[in-house]
Amino acid sequence: MKEILSDLDAWRAEGRQVALARVVNVEGSGPRDPGAAMAVSDNGDVIGSVSGGCVEGAVVVEALDILESGERRMVSFGYSDDEAFAVGLTCGGTIHLFIEPLDW
Amino acid sequence: MSELYERLREAIVDERPVALATVIEGHNAGAKLVVEPDGDIIGTLGHAELDRIVSRDAVGELAAGRTGVRHYGAEGQARETDVSVFIESFSPPPIMLVFGAVDFTAALARAGKLLGFNVIVADARSVFATVKRFPMADRVMVAWPDEVFDAYGDRLGPHDAVCILTHDPKFDVPAVQRAVATDVGYIGVMGSRRTHATRLERLHEVGVDQKGIDRLMAPIGLDIGSRTPEETAVSVCAEIIANRTGHAAPSLRDSEGPIHRPPAEG
Repeated sequence: MKEILSDLDAWRAEGRQVALARVVNVEGSGPRDPGAAMAVSDNGDVIGSVSGGCVEGAVVVEALDILESGERRMVSFGYSDDEAFAVGLTCGGTIHLFIEPLDW
Repeated sequence: MSELYERLREAIVDERPVALATVIEGHNAGAKLVVEPDGDIIGTLGHAELDRIVSRDAVGELAAGRTGVRHYGAEGQARETDVSVFIESFSPPPIMLVFGAVDFTAALARAGKLLGFNVIVADARSVFATVKRFPMADRVMVAWPDEVFDAYGDRLGPHDAVCILTHDPKFDVPAVQRAVATDVGYIGVMGSRRTHATRLERLHEVGVDQKGIDRLMAPIGLDIGSRTPEETAVSVCAEIIANRTGHAAPSLRDSEGPIHRPPAEG
């Protein structure tokens, strides 16, 4: 979150609604460690990253949905063969994200 | 703006260690606790006993620089899994002390910044140790090694690095002497194999013991055939990473022959 802090400040100062996605757990091979963060603003702008670019697109969709509903939740992305996951990590691992509105 | 975010932000910006605990599964998902190293807390996870246990754990995780998920009972009980809490540690940036205001210093300072180090460049010669020559450094000190270690020595730990590039015994002997008296994770010393051999004699003379000598990465850097200041900076930074993670990489210290041998043909 450190890396995106100054951008988050700017967004908050502008009064934008922001969803924050943080990697909380990684199973197997994953590109980023727990703590990696990205944020999505209500107009779809993105800062930071949570993987090597494999799942960021899907995270934006989830984040915008969470901004609308206001319901924070865990979202997991795993190997793309698994039907449970729409997109996956090419490296074969699974990442678990906690996505929430930055309302705190 | 809310107090939680502000307190977290202030600590991170001021480079003070701080932890953020967030309930990610179970009752009160999203509830947060900002925890400072002395155990002071802001916010609540919804239950006083849970706050007490999680803040205690967060202080430990913060000291170890760890980030991850821990599980608790609803009232903080161990070996229960009603509540999952993500504890994120924010540590101040590691320190890189670079001795010697030479060409290699500028490249190493840039590479150090790329890796997130708080880079301090020091040299006793005021003509060379200038902000103009090292604008990328966080601090440029006109100082002898003693003064630099008086200022930073106590703060050095496993994630920090000391790089001694002076290859002048006037500077590098006292710098090594003071560096081996700290808990710093990496000590690299520049110079040819011959320079290092004579340096070792001087270090023995001033009483640096074998344990201290064994901590020195000298000649500094990985054996990747680097020549330019920039390539050398990459080899030094790669050695710092390998040293911290304990992964095997070919250090110049452990090889023989010329450091700058010509590339193999073919």
